[in-house]
Amino acid sequence: MLELDAITAGYERGKPVIAGISLTVQPGESVGLLGPSGCGKSTLARVAALLHRPDAGRVVIDGTEAGGWRHRAPRAQRTAFGVVFQQPRLSADPRLTLADLIAEPLRANGRSGEPADKVREFAARVGLTEDLLGRRPHEVSDGQLQRACVARALILRPRWLVCDEMTAMLDASTTAALVHAVESYRTETGAGLLAVGHDRVLLNRWCDRTVDWSTLAS
Amino acid sequence: MAEITEPAWRARGVRRRSTRTWRIRTSAVITLAVGLAVLLVPPLVQLDEQAVDLAAKLQPPSLAHPFGTDDVGRDLLLRCVYGLRVSLLVGLVAAVVATVIGTAVGAAAGAFGGRVDRLVMRLVDLFSSVPHLLLGIFIVAMFRPGVWPVVISVALTHWLSTARIVRAEVLSLRARPYVDAAISGGASRVRVAVRHLLPGVLPQAGLAAVLMVPHAVWHESALSFLGLGLPTHQASLGTLVQSARGSLLAGDWWPTLFPGLFIIVPTLAIAGLAGAWRERLNPRRRSELML
Repeated sequence: MLELDAITAGYERGKPVIAGISLTVQPGESVGLLGPSGCGKSTLARVAALLHRPDAGRVVIDGTEAGGWRHRAPRAQRTAFGVVFQQPRLSADPRLTLADLIAEPLRANGRSGEPADKVREFAARVGLTEDLLGRRPHEVSDGQLQRACVARALILRPRWLVCDEMTAMLDASTTAALVHAVESYRTETGAGLLAVGHDRVLLNRWCDRTVDWSTLAS
Repeated sequence: MAEITEPAWRARGVRRRSTRTWRIRTSAVITLAVGLAVLLVPPLVQLDEQAVDLAAKLQPPSLAHPFGTDDVGRDLLLRCVYGLRVSLLVGLVAAVVATVIGTAVGAAAGAFGGRVDRLVMRLVDLFSSVPHLLLGIFIVAMFRPGVWPVVISVALTHWLSTARIVRAEVLSLRARPYVDAAISGGASRVRVAVRHLLPGVLPQAGLAAVLMVPHAVWHESALSFLGLGLPTHQASLGTLVQSARGSLLAGDWWPTLFPGLFIIVPTLAIAGLAGAWRERLNPRRRSELML
């Protein structure tokens, strides 16, 4: 279970962007978080994935309270989350080829012995063809790059997925393909999902339940 | 019928571009010539630059001695080439060392942030508050005259601006989502710094190193001119100008003029090339010589 308990967070001292927000995701459940632009839903997603230290409140992952944020979080807790961001251009290191991009989490965890096959397996899951793997981010489209980012998020087999406006930059067919990739991963592993977005139709179709930001904030 | 004329801005742009190309070409040719001269002349021309010929002392420029001779009859052209060689070597090594120090310090400050950042940047402020040359003099004064004290002195006074540039660049890279993705993938601080941040700042650091070479050459010259740098018998651009002071007062202009030109022309050429590189890295910023 992923519990966000009374989270208050912001980027400047004394000016919280979100205040006292609580949200729970059951194991294997997919929760869609709907909200207008600028309401703080991405901040909440970053807190959930241990990427932003909240001013107050706690995050409990499968019964264990988060031990820290960003680098201070224990590696096992950090890697329990697969994170996909809105803009693939910004979330891909421009110097890495797509194969290196996808393999990066394996290497960061000292598992560089296994990449080749694994990278190909996960690339296939998100629908990336072999010939794209040798290219760098500027040589592929936004959609192809986002596919690589999803593969990178899945490759460590995280128990939780946080997708922050994952499909906002993509066309309908890529959106469908990536949602399908995420869902087939979830049925296989039973991972939970927190999907943040503003597209009510998409999140209603995609998730077990959707939560409206206005109901959380009150 | 209205006549169709070239818009004024376009004509201006063309002229600006052509002067720029001209500047880059001149800089490249001079830099290349200087590079070849300092690399090839000493091994190919088997002449002793230290050879004293008191019979031929203080001769004005002639065919036998294009730059004339100094007060003990040494050929000044040869001395200038040897001097440039020493000065460039000192400048190059000092610039590389300074850039390595600056990059490491700046990257550490930017990547670790918080208390480390504040401590390091206050240290940079502290160093910056003392004039470069004064600090450099203080450092060379602690050693016997020689090449290494000068290299150390110039390197230790020139890493500050690189540290600032690299820190700012790292801070901006650190806020990119790909760093978040790396953290989420379990990357350690060191891994994020080495794999994702450092490669992003290397072009800037390389540029800083090249821009620093002229500055370092000037510093070497200044220290040697003050008699604190290289020992006087060792030809360097600074020592040449220094030992020419006496003759200048007697009206002999060539021992000062030629080494002086050797200080100015090659360093401006290198700076010109570095400026072109910087324009490629950051085309939006209008380039001017940052020295």
